[in-house]
Amino acid sequence: MSGAEKIQVKVTEVTPLNALVTRFRFEAVDGSLLPTFSGGAHTVVEMQDGGITRLNPYSLMSDPYDQSAYTISVRRDDAGRGGSLFMHNQVKTGDEMVISYPVNLFSLDLRARKHLFIAGGIGITPFLAQIHQLEHFNGHWELHYSCRSEALGSYADELSHSHPNKTHIYYDDQDQRIGLQHLLEGQPLGTHVYVCGPKGMIDWVKSTAEAESWPADNIHYEEFLAPQPGKPFQVKLAISNKTIEVGEHESLLEAMEREGVDAPYLCRGGACGQCETRVIDYQGNFIHRDHWLDDNEHASGEKIMPCVSRFEGKTLVLDH
Amino acid sequence: MTIQFNDESFRGDYTFRNSDWAIQRFPFPFHEDSYMYSVNMEQHRGGPKGSVYEQRFDVDEHYVSEMKDRALVLDQDPLRCQSLPHMTLAGWDLLELIMVSKSEDYPDLFELNRDGNRWRWVNKPLRIDHTFTFLDETTLPYGPMEYITRQAQGDFAILDQRDDMLWMDAGMVTTQADWSLDFDIGMNFFEWHAPVPKAHEMGIFVRALKFLLNIQQGAPARRLNWTMTVNPLLDTSPENYHKWGIQKTELTPENIGRKQHLRVELQTFFRLPRSNALVFPIRCYLCAFEDLMTVPKWGRRLHRVIRDLPDELATYKGFIDNRPLMLDYLSKFDDGLPTSLGIWPDRETEPPLQK
Ligand code: FES
Repeated sequence: MSGAEKIQVKVTEVTPLNALVTRFRFEAVDGSLLPTFSGGAHTVVEMQDGGITRLNPYSLMSDPYDQSAYTISVRRDDAGRGGSLFMHNQVKTGDEMVISYPVNLFSLDLRARKHLFIAGGIGITPFLAQIHQLEHFNGHWELHYSCRSEALGSYADELSHSHPNKTHIYYDDQDQRIGLQHLLEGQPLGTHVYVCGPKGMIDWVKSTAEAESWPADNIHYEEFLAPQPGKPFQVKLAISNKTIEVGEHESLLEAMEREGVDAPYLCRGGACGQCETRVIDYQGNFIHRDHWLDDNEHASGEKIMPCVSRFEGKTLVLDH
Repeated sequence: MTIQFNDESFRGDYTFRNSDWAIQRFPFPFHEDSYMYSVNMEQHRGGPKGSVYEQRFDVDEHYVSEMKDRALVLDQDPLRCQSLPHMTLAGWDLLELIMVSKSEDYPDLFELNRDGNRWRWVNKPLRIDHTFTFLDETTLPYGPMEYITRQAQGDFAILDQRDDMLWMDAGMVTTQADWSLDFDIGMNFFEWHAPVPKAHEMGIFVRALKFLLNIQQGAPARRLNWTMTVNPLLDTSPENYHKWGIQKTELTPENIGRKQHLRVELQTFFRLPRSNALVFPIRCYLCAFEDLMTVPKWGRRLHRVIRDLPDELATYKGFIDNRPLMLDYLSKFDDGLPTSLGIWPDRETEPPLQK
């Protein structure tokens, strides 16, 4: 079986936060305690959406030591493939769902003397759990959180209220910007910087920190990659001896699963490396979108990450 | 079942013995008549009743004496237990994992009562009854990892996971098969595996690392490894080679059955939830050749495996010089009959020795 272990949960609260973001609370169906986890972990939520099974990863935002419930926040993506819309439109209090055990691909580096968090929009969620975790041990942290407007600033008020000296909020519509270079220059030795948000923000923080000669080990990031829709394409699976059609709104991984192929995965977001697949033959172009393979591997045409990457062309034969 | 704990030594007069129960459940590591180095991982989710696979942390008749031996080693060499400062949370993770597992798996021996962070831990075999505050080090006599691993058989390496790499950043290592925590502490996965022969060529370690990095909460894994030890000596550390290395020269045709032990490591791997570190318990089981020979299938098979093992592996495992002596002894227990697949003794179905 692919993916992490599963947990049967019941939705016990659905809380709209603002025009875009809704929070969901999950408790174990059998009333047992949920596993503790480490800040930065995500869970993969299974959605039975008509005939389609959607599996979307969401960062756990609740206190990792609170075993009574997990919470996640879902931002509605009207242009996306429907996972977030399903959560917003279909999921109701009392529903039973299946989620995965926590998996952490964005954990704190516990050697850090100080943790500097930089969040953009819904990228705030993993930091909420990390802040809970650090607060248990009087950890040294500081948050810089940029959001579109006060109305859309999920958790901005709560954070400013509970941690006024550690929280800095920036509103785009008020032309407030994180003074990143200055901020990085002023950090004590042994600080680690963590960034979660849109791709542009991650690239900006990474390149600025590198330019400031921060060691690569001290820069951490997690990007929320959702598979993007694209032109349908055909692939041949050499081991299972099947030719399958990948539809416009499904990923290659989802298409294989739909056809009963038990392909490995964990994050479903191009980050963990678990789904890495060998390309046996191809004629055409890859649309690589993952963060796992490096540029050379992308160019080589030897590997693909089916959770987020696609293909355009005549033939694609995979080792599955 | 209630376990009768042995009072025995793993040094000096070597009074260590396996009961018939312990022999029957010995994790014989060869599932066929030959051996090839491989990663051979499987899920660690129980196993046949009474086997060493059944529980998350196996407790057997050697528990109390092994813990005494550990205390002796630590007295002489406190560096056998080390934890880099950032690994304290992982130590609490391990303490929680072991206490919860043992109290659930052996309720007659261990009890854990939790009231928020106020925990009461009762370890009947070691006569410990301790109330402490979870996550507060000042309420324990040692750091959390040291505290709990003074009460758990086997060595423990705790590996921090950073940047798709594992780092040996904490451990309790007193029963090791010739490796040194003090030497390996702070090293990454490739650095601490450096002496294994041929493995890099096989790409085995790259795959093993990938496998370990992906071990997730709730899905522990396990494998067996093995070597040979003369005398039931737990502490075969490089630090003490000058003391135990010499014992390898003391084997004779008369004493080999009693003195030569097959040493098997049950290695398990658990993702630790709070720290996201990985713990790697390495549990050592020893069995004298003469005890192994009471199981006809194991007698036949051990002879064939040792006979056909490539020289470099026999050298790596440290018994190339004694191999002729071993084969003389073992060949008496091999009548050439076929053996059943798998590691289990199959006493009911395998024929007795035909010579
Ligand atoms: S499932 Fe994680 S990279 Fe594809």
